[in-house]
Amino acid sequence: MSRIKARFEALKTEGRGALIPYLQAFDPDYETSLELLKAMPAAGADLIEIGVPFSDPSADGPTIQAAALRGLKAGATLGGVLEMVRSFRETDAETPIILMGYLNPIDSYGPAEFCFDAVQAGVDGIIVVDMPTEEADLLDAHARAAGLDIISLVAPTTARTRLFHVLKDASGFVYYVSITGITGTGSASQAQLEEALPKIREATDLPVAIGFGISTPEQARAASRIGDAAVVASALIKTMAGTLSEGQATEKTVPSVLKQLIELSAAVRG
Amino acid sequence: MTTPSSSLSNSLRSGPDERGRFGVFGGRFVAETLMPLVLELEEAYRATQADPAFREELDYYYRDYVGRPSPLWFAKRLTEELGGAKVYLKREELNHTGSHKLNNVMGQILLARRMGKTRIVAETGAGQHGVATATVCALFGLKCVIYMGATDVERQKPNVFRMHLLGAEVKPVTAGAGTLKDAMNEAMRDWVANVADTYFLVGTVAGPHPYPEMVRDFQSIIGTEVKEQIVRAEGRLPDVIVAAIGGGSNAMGIFHPFLDDADVRLIGVEAAGLGLDSGKTAASISRGRSGVLHGNRTYLLQDKHGQIEEAHSISAGLDYPGIGPEHSWLNDIGRAEYVGVTDQEALDAFQLLTRTEGIIPALECAHGLAHVMKIAPEMPKDKIIVLNVSGRGDKDIFTVASHLGVNL
Repeated sequence: MSRIKARFEALKTEGRGALIPYLQAFDPDYETSLELLKAMPAAGADLIEIGVPFSDPSADGPTIQAAALRGLKAGATLGGVLEMVRSFRETDAETPIILMGYLNPIDSYGPAEFCFDAVQAGVDGIIVVDMPTEEADLLDAHARAAGLDIISLVAPTTARTRLFHVLKDASGFVYYVSITGITGTGSASQAQLEEALPKIREATDLPVAIGFGISTPEQARAASRIGDAAVVASALIKTMAGTLSEGQATEKTVPSVLKQLIELSAAVRG
Repeated sequence: MTTPSSSLSNSLRSGPDERGRFGVFGGRFVAETLMPLVLELEEAYRATQADPAFREELDYYYRDYVGRPSPLWFAKRLTEELGGAKVYLKREELNHTGSHKLNNVMGQILLARRMGKTRIVAETGAGQHGVATATVCALFGLKCVIYMGATDVERQKPNVFRMHLLGAEVKPVTAGAGTLKDAMNEAMRDWVANVADTYFLVGTVAGPHPYPEMVRDFQSIIGTEVKEQIVRAEGRLPDVIVAAIGGGSNAMGIFHPFLDDADVRLIGVEAAGLGLDSGKTAASISRGRSGVLHGNRTYLLQDKHGQIEEAHSISAGLDYPGIGPEHSWLNDIGRAEYVGVTDQEALDAFQLLTRTEGIIPALECAHGLAHVMKIAPEMPKDKIIVLNVSGRGDKDIFTVASHLGVNL
């Protein structure tokens, strides 16, 4: 059984949803982001999303754009991100790792090689922002062969018939982009989520994670209950960015993010 | 879904396929949030293609508002100066707003109105597309937001002021190098956040399908006119057609009607910046490789890890690390040739055309002219070259002055 499936099944038994924190790889440097990654499970991360820095993150808001730039400045490459996951796996064999990023670095790495290397490194799933269902054949067969879940994205603009089309061969879990917008800019209301989720569940039996615009413990709790998981990204990066001194990590960097993560996790568990 | 071009199965003009691909290039690489919009746009565009009233309406605006057809001018003094092939100039700079950009914008704004959109966003590099977009928004009373790289805002001040006068909001983009690529990212972010009422009016033959096809179709009026005009003037088709390429819309517009005329050489001129091997270039085909950016697969300037590199050109309109996917395909199948021209060569050409023909060209098409200056002298006098003069150079006089050491 895949780590993703095992984790969601275990949480179902516990009777709660998952918290999925996000960090941008190499932000602000390799060591700090690896230290943060390694500490996240103990602070309450059920799954972890790692952003792969890209020069042109056209679906991201200012917070993640800045994080990507810091990551690139620190030398981030897709190969380097896999190295980071490999190192994480030395201390954690259970927490699912999902890479989130844009297609071009994967295309440049080589789709088949990437899928193979990613699974070898310990990656469980990938979210490719600019690869809709219509273009997914670029990775599908390779991912399937390697045992890598391609996480499908659905949005408020995804109509009912399209939901069935997009989720037909989905694996792992489904990522619901809860606002029509870029990351870290607005939030869906609880009522909007309550209206959207049943429609998605009609089209899939997979767990549904809700992301974009979830920043407070209350929002995380609501999303993890209406859906099956809450993704928190920009809010954590904002905290981290606030601890940096001239773009460099300080002694406050990792503890500040972990403190916030513990609060979010308590809300999801509470 | 049938397309009007489906009967041309043996033609090079039949692309793209139903997935929006020209060979391996093109496609629809957008976030799921935008995917339904892209599909809706394609459907709306197909409906206009099937509706003769749409074409009639567009022709009316082309004639009475844009000022079409644009003349094909025999550049006698330039031809004498170069001493070889006859050089004709397709005078797209005489269009309203001073460039070929209005051909596309006119078509898309009529489409946007049919789709009931009330707010228009666009990206712009040199500002020509931004000015054209702001112009039609003024014409139809639509809200207009133009994203422009902060660097470009600085070097294209006259166009920024024109957009303001036309009632558009110009948003400078400081991300990255503050050029066209960054403006494109920001325009896409705006679109994804305002899907209900907003139409994204793409200015070149790039982006997710159906933009490359649609923009090409609207720009093809250029080549269609050239075909008639050159036959009237010379009784035959030209030997060579030359056009400058940033994203590639003016080139695609003049090339496309000639794709099946195998005897007509098609040459796209990329901005080599400080030189093709200087590392400061915008020559995506000559120095890039296949990748995915801004909704399509095409040749991109990128590092070995797939990070997009900054383009460089003296011309803000060519300062883009990608190129329209149909050009990438035409390059790979060998139907069109792509060459590079440096900043300095373009500056020299800019001055030559001004002095020999009394036409101040945009720095973009000065790149095309610089290549004509290389090939015309080597060709016999009975050969014919058509150069697309895609825009006028008034906007560039400050840039040119500073390179010539003149303080305006």
